[in-house]
Amino acid sequence: MNGPLRKVSFFIGLLLTALLLNISWLSVGPSNDLLKDSRNVRVRDAEFATNRGAILVGNDPIAESVAAEGRYPWVRRFPAGPTWSSVTGWYSFSYGRQELESSWNQELSGTASSQTFSRIVDVLAGRQPVGATLNTTLNTNAQKAAVEALGNKKGAAVAIDYTTGEVLALVSTPTYDPNLLTNLDAKVEKEHWNSLLNDENEPLKNRATREIFPPGSTFKLLVAAAAVESGYTPSTEVESPNSYRLPGSSHSIGNSTNCGGEKVTLEKALATSCNTAFGKLGVDLGDEKVRQMAEKFGFNSDPRIDLPATKSVFPTKLDQAQLALSSIGQYEVAATPLQMAMVAGAIANDGKLMRPHLVKTVAGSDLRIIQTVNPEKLGDPINSNTATLMRQMMESVVKDGTGSPAAVNGVTIGGKTGTAQSDPNRPPYAWFVGYATEPHVAIAVFVQDSGIERDDISGGRVAAPIFKSIVEAIK
Amino acid sequence: MSVAQQPSATGEYIIYRRRRGVELALLFAACSFGAAGWVLTHLNLHGSLPPNFAFGVGIWYGLALIAHLVVRFRAPYADPLILPAVMLLNGLGLAMIARLDQVRDPVLNDASRQMMWTTIGMSLFVLVLWFLKDHRRLQRFPYLMFISGFVMLLLPLLPGLGRAAGGARIWIKLGPFSFQPAEVAKILLAFAFAAYFYEKKEVLALAGKRFLGIDFPRARDLLPIALMWMLALAIMVFQNDLGTALLFFGLFTVMIYVATQRPAWPILAGLGFAVAGVLAAKFTHHVPRRLGAWLHPFDDFQQSYQIIMAQYGMAWGGLFGRGWGQGRPQVTPLPKDDFIAASLAEEIGLVGLMAIVLLYGIVIARGMKTALICPDGYGKLLAGGLAFTFALQVFAIIGGITRLLPLTGLTTPFMSKGGSSLISNWIIVGILMVISHRARMPQRATATPQELLQPNAMTAVIAK
Repeated sequence: MNGPLRKVSFFIGLLLTALLLNISWLSVGPSNDLLKDSRNVRVRDAEFATNRGAILVGNDPIAESVAAEGRYPWVRRFPAGPTWSSVTGWYSFSYGRQELESSWNQELSGTASSQTFSRIVDVLAGRQPVGATLNTTLNTNAQKAAVEALGNKKGAAVAIDYTTGEVLALVSTPTYDPNLLTNLDAKVEKEHWNSLLNDENEPLKNRATREIFPPGSTFKLLVAAAAVESGYTPSTEVESPNSYRLPGSSHSIGNSTNCGGEKVTLEKALATSCNTAFGKLGVDLGDEKVRQMAEKFGFNSDPRIDLPATKSVFPTKLDQAQLALSSIGQYEVAATPLQMAMVAGAIANDGKLMRPHLVKTVAGSDLRIIQTVNPEKLGDPINSNTATLMRQMMESVVKDGTGSPAAVNGVTIGGKTGTAQSDPNRPPYAWFVGYATEPHVAIAVFVQDSGIERDDISGGRVAAPIFKSIVEAIK
Repeated sequence: MSVAQQPSATGEYIIYRRRRGVELALLFAACSFGAAGWVLTHLNLHGSLPPNFAFGVGIWYGLALIAHLVVRFRAPYADPLILPAVMLLNGLGLAMIARLDQVRDPVLNDASRQMMWTTIGMSLFVLVLWFLKDHRRLQRFPYLMFISGFVMLLLPLLPGLGRAAGGARIWIKLGPFSFQPAEVAKILLAFAFAAYFYEKKEVLALAGKRFLGIDFPRARDLLPIALMWMLALAIMVFQNDLGTALLFFGLFTVMIYVATQRPAWPILAGLGFAVAGVLAAKFTHHVPRRLGAWLHPFDDFQQSYQIIMAQYGMAWGGLFGRGWGQGRPQVTPLPKDDFIAASLAEEIGLVGLMAIVLLYGIVIARGMKTALICPDGYGKLLAGGLAFTFALQVFAIIGGITRLLPLTGLTTPFMSKGGSSLISNWIIVGILMVISHRARMPQRATATPQELLQPNAMTAVIAK
């Protein structure tokens, strides 16, 4: 009977080995995700018991922990909460965290691996561990100007220093007061949460980074870039009929502006935001070229910003009619305002796309810098020659085209307006995407309900002035 | 054809070293782990020694000393590693229960109760060593034992007597005590199976058809395994207890395999169990829910709350744990019962949990070693089967809380809160010690009877 007994012993050995391997795997595999999960009450309670690091704009905190009485020794405060809510997010015991509070949680709570050493020192010195402080790239004037200019409208604005990718302002309106969600009384917190969640303007949604909208005519920038890369110049003439029959379908698209004739230059077509010209141009270039250009600028991939963000979409598999509609930013093309600011930024930056980021440095409790975020190039969607020609065309949009309301005295400004009709029963979306060369900033402004007529000037009329006030705030 | 010379012919004796001194030293060290856990908990939580420190430590080391002395006088040749390993596991369980008592205000007294069960369990261990001189005496009345084990197993299904908790109906209530009859049935059925298979091994080994290179038994010999299969299925369906079904079916399969040496049995049994499992997953509510909680716990946070909280706890403990009294194992429901291994993992780390698995490994390995060197076939079957039930139980419950397997309602041997499991496991350890003592006694080197048979003396039954 010893033969089978040996085999059984071997089998038991396998069972126990499986257990040991699985336990080893637990410590390396899922453990990090489990610790990041905001439902993990052990981690959350420990977090609430530590002095969480502050988030600074310049030297002013936009989020900080202050000593409190009660269940936990600290409570999170957001001075000027509504101005910065789209950046800080909330930090709630019951409802988790959002934005910088979420994406930099480990640093703020002092559990990041870069803080291991200072944590050990704190423990040995008998000090309470303190979270790290975030120094951001944000600009108070730009942020305030964007919040004020957007006002009560549903919308978003993103301003990026295109040479480095540093985000100067990031706003989604209506804003909310994150202090409402840090009340340590769970009942009060719940009431606030429910009223914010059920607010018909949906303030908790971040329209700048996590919501995608049809970009409308601002997408023509990408079609124009693809055209220039394939040999077109601003003075190449393109057909701009009054009505363009979508290939393979019985539908036609028309123009909402005067394109200036049946045949105009590419520059003129962009300046007048001529739908038929760009619909046909997209079909002439083919969906491969248009999609490649969109993807080089960051569509269909993670934006890699240090905030929770969603990717913008250019659909795969398009027939010719869908391609024509996509080329004027309709159909299923959808982008975040962040993505459109990146498009304008890469054009302004001679074709170099920089990774957008909000945190410049992370400082430990002793003010020693423990992490520095350096500018990082994501790619070269277009060459410098194309970028120059694109800027020439965008500047003429502002000089004598649909974007004239964005003009600022003494500053070189290029841009593109857009209006997107996603649903005939809803007011159209208004866009303005552009850049200023001095100070070097790329800005996308998006207004979800402009409350005005459906025509292509609305992008210029509603969104461009907001662009202008942000540029003036930085100047 | 000549048979290899049996050592008996040479007149050699095999003498194992007793190593009782080693056992005493190891026992002392093993007891210190539990005691240290208890003391550290109080130091970390209250900054002082436990109020009944001297009393508790005195009883604890005293119990170990008594157990050791009984072994020294009644079973001096027994394996010296089993008792210390079991004592260490029991101590860790006690310390964790005592630690979890502290989270309530006023503190609970579960640890004292568990200490009482430990004392009763160890007393029974002592009684087994004292009165059971030879394990072969257990060989009598296999059918009676089988029937009483069978009845025990089905008792919780009786209305009025049975009690369901956590979805599984495996308890019976007698006055103020509830008790799991399956734990007693485990011992009775182990005796019964070992005796039955030892007696019937030739008949059962008789080959039927050969298929795919494996000898399958005759159809009528399939009866016992079919009966056992139905019993396992009944436990799964009516008692909603996959773990107990797995345990008994595993015990049965291993014994029949060791007795007959036919790989066809475990193969048939494995297929049968798989079929039963699929049926249970299809036609019961309990099993699919457990499967869901295993594969996608986060799909239904409320439903899988316990297993998710245990995962969070183990991640929070990390590799080296948060230290006695410094984790929050009480966040997980039932932290003293099914999930005591998760509670321990949170406070003494995944490294600690691995050490616990290895300790079980030592107990199981010594049990299997006992089976291997035991001179009589009955002892081999019994020791091998009992060691295997430990292995299955540890695999199922620790695999369950670490999400290697779906969760089954098995106890963690020697550690979970609860008397029936602790007592029956101490009895099993006593029996293993007796078998081990008999196996390691100085004896004329010999081999098991069937290997001694001369080829020309083979009967028709043994010849294939």
